[in-house]
Amino acid sequence: MPWQTRECDVLVIGAGGAGLRAAIEASAEGASVTVLSKSLLGKAHTVMAEGGMAASMGNVDDRDNWRVHFSDTLRGGQYLNNWRMAEIHAQQAADRVRELEAWGAIFDRTKEGRILQRNFGGHKYPRLAHVGDRTGLEMIRTLQDHGIHQGIDFLMETTVLEIIKDGDRVSGVLAYDRERGRLHLVHAKAIVMATGGIGRAFKVTSNSWEYTGDGHALAYRAGAELVDMEFVQFHPTGMVWPPSVRGILVTEGVRGEGGILKNSEGKRFMFDDIPPLYTDQTADSEEEGWRYVTGDKEARRPPELLTRDHVARKIVKEVKAGRGSPHGGAFLDIAWIKEHLSDAEGHIRKKLPSMYHQFKELAGVDITKEAMEVGPTTHYVMGGIKVDAETQMSCVPGLFACGECGGGLHGANRLGGNSLSDLVVFGRIAGASAAKFASEHGDTSINEDAASDIEAAALAPLERSSGESPYAIQYELQDVMQDLVGIARTQPELEQAVERIADLSRRAATTSAVGNREYNPGWHTALDLPNLLAVSEAVARSAAGRRESRGAHSRVDHPEKDEQLGTVNTVVRRLDDDSMEMAHVPVVGVTEERQAIVKEMG
Amino acid sequence: MAQKATFRIWRGQANEGGFVDYPVNVEDGMVALDVVHQIQAEQAGDLACRWNCKAGKCGSCSAEINGKPRLLCMTRVGDLDLSKPVTIEPMQAFPNIKDLVSDVSWNYRMKEKIKPFKPRTPDNEDGTWNMSQADVERPQEFRKCIECFLCQDVCHVIRDHHKHDEFIGPRFLVYTAALEMHPLDTEDRLADLRHRDGIGYCNITKCCTKVCPEHITITDNAIIPLKERVVDEFYDPITKLLRIFRPKKS
Repeated sequence: MPWQTRECDVLVIGAGGAGLRAAIEASAEGASVTVLSKSLLGKAHTVMAEGGMAASMGNVDDRDNWRVHFSDTLRGGQYLNNWRMAEIHAQQAADRVRELEAWGAIFDRTKEGRILQRNFGGHKYPRLAHVGDRTGLEMIRTLQDHGIHQGIDFLMETTVLEIIKDGDRVSGVLAYDRERGRLHLVHAKAIVMATGGIGRAFKVTSNSWEYTGDGHALAYRAGAELVDMEFVQFHPTGMVWPPSVRGILVTEGVRGEGGILKNSEGKRFMFDDIPPLYTDQTADSEEEGWRYVTGDKEARRPPELLTRDHVARKIVKEVKAGRGSPHGGAFLDIAWIKEHLSDAEGHIRKKLPSMYHQFKELAGVDITKEAMEVGPTTHYVMGGIKVDAETQMSCVPGLFACGECGGGLHGANRLGGNSLSDLVVFGRIAGASAAKFASEHGDTSINEDAASDIEAAALAPLERSSGESPYAIQYELQDVMQDLVGIARTQPELEQAVERIADLSRRAATTSAVGNREYNPGWHTALDLPNLLAVSEAVARSAAGRRESRGAHSRVDHPEKDEQLGTVNTVVRRLDDDSMEMAHVPVVGVTEERQAIVKEMG
Repeated sequence: MAQKATFRIWRGQANEGGFVDYPVNVEDGMVALDVVHQIQAEQAGDLACRWNCKAGKCGSCSAEINGKPRLLCMTRVGDLDLSKPVTIEPMQAFPNIKDLVSDVSWNYRMKEKIKPFKPRTPDNEDGTWNMSQADVERPQEFRKCIECFLCQDVCHVIRDHHKHDEFIGPRFLVYTAALEMHPLDTEDRLADLRHRDGIGYCNITKCCTKVCPEHITITDNAIIPLKERVVDEFYDPITKLLRIFRPKKS
């Protein structure tokens, strides 16, 4: 079958918040832009973001400014962040929120008619611009509705198979569309990766089928480095029952609005153990915690709003100690606020409408009357393609990355609300840099032999008459990652995981998919496997190399922090023999000026 | 508690095919999308079905279950009558691609035609606007839309009368309403609504409101007010008279 071909200056892979923002910016800079989207437009994972978008506008508490946001982000990331990225992010997030408003987004308002901001874990002041609990939908729809009028070429339900290079530079990709299974050769001067995360490598996840680490793996195979891959965020509150909804996200906004965590004995266990970095910022009593969530500027935040890594570990600890909920989680109670509010039911339904419906419709639980059962779920990968803070370019010329598949901003743990702002801050920068790169560099040629090899590999599962089911291998990998590379890790288990992944990789090369090329999910699963396996190996190897516990990476055999490891990031890269090399490199962007800000903020 | 049930699923391409029965063990709390995934993994690896979030937030897994337009991920199997086969088929108002997947590209083309958001000059020097919560609540209701297109699927103007070329359907009337009722918007879309978008075709049977998984009151809050505005603009004799003496809004 001949390939469908197209040419562009900038090719954006992914159409979530980061990809759309990158495409809009590249187009505004005069570049011709093509966007490949694995799903339909407007369906990307950004719609799942609930709580809000962090930006220090200071609309609710005027003590907030970018320096506080910068310092909070580093504290949350345990100082392993790319400090320059954290600075750019904190400085530009507010402008990106305002820009969304100018493009039609309607955020919730303060009494004065400005954009309302809410509390969230790890943020010192109310900082999250939001729309009820559907902020991500508001963002993606705003970008989509703006983007479709910018002359951008969108290809929906199209998945990239491999990047093609011309010498060191990227020159295009070969992709397939789901609808017909046709192959598309896209020739581009610059490529922006905006493919999101890797959550489907785990069994319990809040992520959709798309999140198979495509961008991470494609960039890795094209020669880019992946940084911080050991840091996978397990969101503390996913649904745990019924089984079919296990892992679906319960927004941190529930706790931001006053929700508390209790064990089976009815004890509010989060007060038991406050990490030293946060003792000064955390409430001493339940009464002070309530005052905080209702806007008392003198009060400190309740321990439920500590960082996600800590809250997730605390829930696991309660469950392991036999004090869990009936289905192996903890109780998250927002109904209790009726002790303080006369119209608690109305308040909850207004502030958390989609949570109300989610529990009512999927679990038969009325959250205005009963507690929810929640437990950790794989949510986000802090690690990603290593990029330069100013341009978002990887070490491969012409290959850029932004959003979740880019690495550096979040360090060892991401603060809630910093993801939506990350998407638009760095999406914009990546789009602008890619357009500039395309205008400053000449044409490349595209190697059709390489494309033919990619095509042959992609069609192989359909041509094999016998072989393992791709679903079986995916399920086995999810078990390996969940059991051996999950929330509590040990050296022997991580090493065992690396071996198991190698074995699964060998088996993945011989899968067979029934049916034809048209909209064939079995075949698509077979094509996702090499990416899932590559990112899984990167997570396991990076985790094995970090023999300490820090942020989202928790080692049962090394429960303390290691001072030396607190100054380095893990990177993995592909060697010529196709093996994966792991190394530690110094944290980027630490300057005296930035250290002074951190010190000043305490 | 596992229970045996039969799911009768439409298999085929481009509207050619038929129903195939699949025996399924239904577990507690399962939704229809879980059933489809189980069949994919165990019985029919190439059963096509579009889905993403599995939490009712993306609007990808629209289909018809026992003839009713619904999201597969938000339909609890326990709420269905399992004593007889449960049918699942693709949306009927759009061309079928394969199995449960419909070609919804018409919707994307419709949206592009609608004049985009055009805000008034900012209120404040920093480029921001002031809006009160009370003023944004109505457009916020419309902006809850997840674009599942179930309202388009159920609308008889599209589904039965195939007026795809003359009528934009409930989804895009809601979209237009969100723009028209946006406190900052200055664009005028009433002429388009009347002529190009075919708002007159809607005879307010409210089927769209009934199937909306986001519980948007599509007919009462979006379509009827738009109809009123169109009537005021084009059919009100006093307005017509006034227009002769007063220039149109800029």
